Amino acid sequence: MTKNPAKKGAKKAAYSKKTYLKWYEMMLRIRRFEERTLMAYGQQKVRGFCHVYIGQEAIAAGLITAIKPEDAIVTAYRQHGIAISRGISTKEAMAELFGKSGGIVKGKGGSMHFFSKEKRFFGGNGIVGAQIPIGTGIAFAEKYRGTKNLCVTMFGDGAARQGALYESFNMAMTWKLPVLYIVENNGYAMGTSVERTSNVSDMYKIGHAFDMPSEPVDGMNPESVHEALEKAAKHIRAGKGPYYLEIKTYRYKGHSVSDPAKYRTKTELESYKDRDPVKETEKKIIDNKIATKKEIDAIKAAIKLEIDEAVAFAESSPYPDPSELYTDNYMQKDYPFLT
Amino acid sequence: MAREIALRDALREAMSEEMRRDDSVFLMGEEVAEYNGAYKVSKGMLDEFGERRVIDTPIAELGFAGIGVGAAMNGLRPIIEFMTWNFAVLAFDQIVNNAAKTLSQSAGEFNCPIVFRGPSGAAGQLAQQHSQTFESWLANCPGLKVVSTSDPYDAKGLLKTAIRDDDPICFMESEIMYGYTGEVPEEEYLIPIGKARVRREGTDVTLVSYNKMILVAEQAAEELAKEGISAEVIDLRTIRPMDHKTIVDSVKKTNRIVVIDESWPFAGVSSEITYVVQKQAFDYLDAPVIRVNAADTSLPYAGTLVDAYMPNVKHVLDAVKQVMYVR
Ligand SMILES: Cc1ncc(C[n+]2csc(CCOP(=O)(O)OP(=O)(O)O)c2C)c(N)n1
Ligand SMILES: [Mg+2]
Repeated sequence: MTKNPAKKGAKKAAYSKKTYLKWYEMMLRIRRFEERTLMAYGQQKVRGFCHVYIGQEAIAAGLITAIKPEDAIVTAYRQHGIAISRGISTKEAMAELFGKSGGIVKGKGGSMHFFSKEKRFFGGNGIVGAQIPIGTGIAFAEKYRGTKNLCVTMFGDGAARQGALYESFNMAMTWKLPVLYIVENNGYAMGTSVERTSNVSDMYKIGHAFDMPSEPVDGMNPESVHEALEKAAKHIRAGKGPYYLEIKTYRYKGHSVSDPAKYRTKTELESYKDRDPVKETEKKIIDNKIATKKEIDAIKAAIKLEIDEAVAFAESSPYPDPSELYTDNYMQKDYPFLT
Repeated sequence: MAREIALRDALREAMSEEMRRDDSVFLMGEEVAEYNGAYKVSKGMLDEFGERRVIDTPIAELGFAGIGVGAAMNGLRPIIEFMTWNFAVLAFDQIVNNAAKTLSQSAGEFNCPIVFRGPSGAAGQLAQQHSQTFESWLANCPGLKVVSTSDPYDAKGLLKTAIRDDDPICFMESEIMYGYTGEVPEEEYLIPIGKARVRREGTDVTLVSYNKMILVAEQAAEELAKEGISAEVIDLRTIRPMDHKTIVDSVKKTNRIVVIDESWPFAGVSSEITYVVQKQAFDYLDAPVIRVNAADTSLPYAGTLVDAYMPNVKHVLDAVKQVMYVR
């Protein structure tokens, strides 16, 4: 059982209309995208391992307002939402899931591996924890080149048990690298609850061993995510070195499409759905008269159209030509493959 | 009495029988206990053996592989499950630098009786990081023995032997074959490590393969039979030590050989077989050895690229026609 952060009373609106609508729209876009992904998986149009982001959208929303486009980001295979929040289009994302050449990486990476240099998105990584040192290295390069950019390095609660995290935290702190570590603690790594993987369930405490500033954050609400990220980013940009946030969240669906998630209770799931970030943000916008129902409905309609178009684009995009198997293996153009 | 059981059940029977027989045997890995195994291989084992002997780990391959090595050096017989061998790459340090070296560097003072097991090879559209075949990597390392099979009968007999073996063993299964069924006797049996199996006798050409590529070889043999070509199919079952005799004896009979191997061509299992055949049966060969491998590339996600990457029946038929000089 994971602890559900206590319900907060209806907080007053602290941000601008533009910000709330931005968050709402992004969360809704990701939610609808993922729902269509699951549908397409059922129709066998999406194959392989597929991990959706439903329930965790507030984190992606907070990222768009707290982090600059120049900042780098790297995450794991549960990446569709983060990638879309970075500006990868739903068209290119859906076409990638369909394994089509119009996909963000030409149908070569699939659900677990999106990349975009332009969006400074350094990937979805399929090896649990591998992106932790990689994100640290991306931050190393920023510091080396003397930029003010940071690297957001995201990983799951399961990944935090890999030795690579401890090695990375130590070097990042020693060398004061501009890296923002985020553990998206959704309570489970496949069927294993956080409590079963360590004597220490409060994951933010891991940072304390390195004297790294470390905090827990409510991940079911874009405001709290934004606030925590903004504060952390400011610290990092001031040259003070890494920061670590444990963002508490929940995945509504199973680990991947094939997991029936029998290891958790319905009550636990419902307690998070009660605080659903998409619904709660909509309610807040309406209750505080930030925007009208009509404006919200217009966003809903626009998102529906966008996702329909993404699916249509994915459907109509061609499959990669078999010759593509031999492209993108080496930078060397005339590499002599064994055949 | 034999019955039809799936590969996953055959593997579980092997582990459970050995755990009943010897208290020093235990199973450790990700999701092996409460979740009953990511691919349900260890289903029910927690119930039978309890949490002392069926142990869920955090995601920490290097750590729990090393814990296995230490436990093996100190009198236990661990079975370390990797969810797939792709993730065991994190643990190669412990497998290669410790499990494989302990006996040598301690001059026989300590041995390391451990089984590292899990699925190897591609399993559909899982993309670059989840589709790799590591038999040849591990077989390259002295000190290790490498078994690779997805036949339920062979898997059960070989895994039982592996658990009793006093050396470290890498046991490679197949994700998409866990539900594949075959006849397995009720009675206990063991299969020796290092012995290939002739699955089909033939006189015109030898097809050597292992693990799920055996299905491709057997299908090809069926097709060839229709064209009047008699193919002998050999399942290596163990990669290291390799059963040279069975391969060479077959080539002496057929004078032609095609190797079907899902590993990458460069320094793959097929390269090793090719060396052995030219060394030990040079005068018997009527054609060069030809191999059918996965493509010399990473495996992308798209279905069209998976099809272009994997060895298939047509590739084998083409290869056979090449060694038989027919069109
Ligand atoms: C090194 C490695 N070990 C095991 C796996 C198999 N695996 C994939 S996801 C996963 C669970 C990870 O959980 P967590 O880090 O909490 O991320 P979440 O899925 O909750 O987003 C496991 C064990 C893997 N991909 N890589
Ligand atoms: Mg998790």
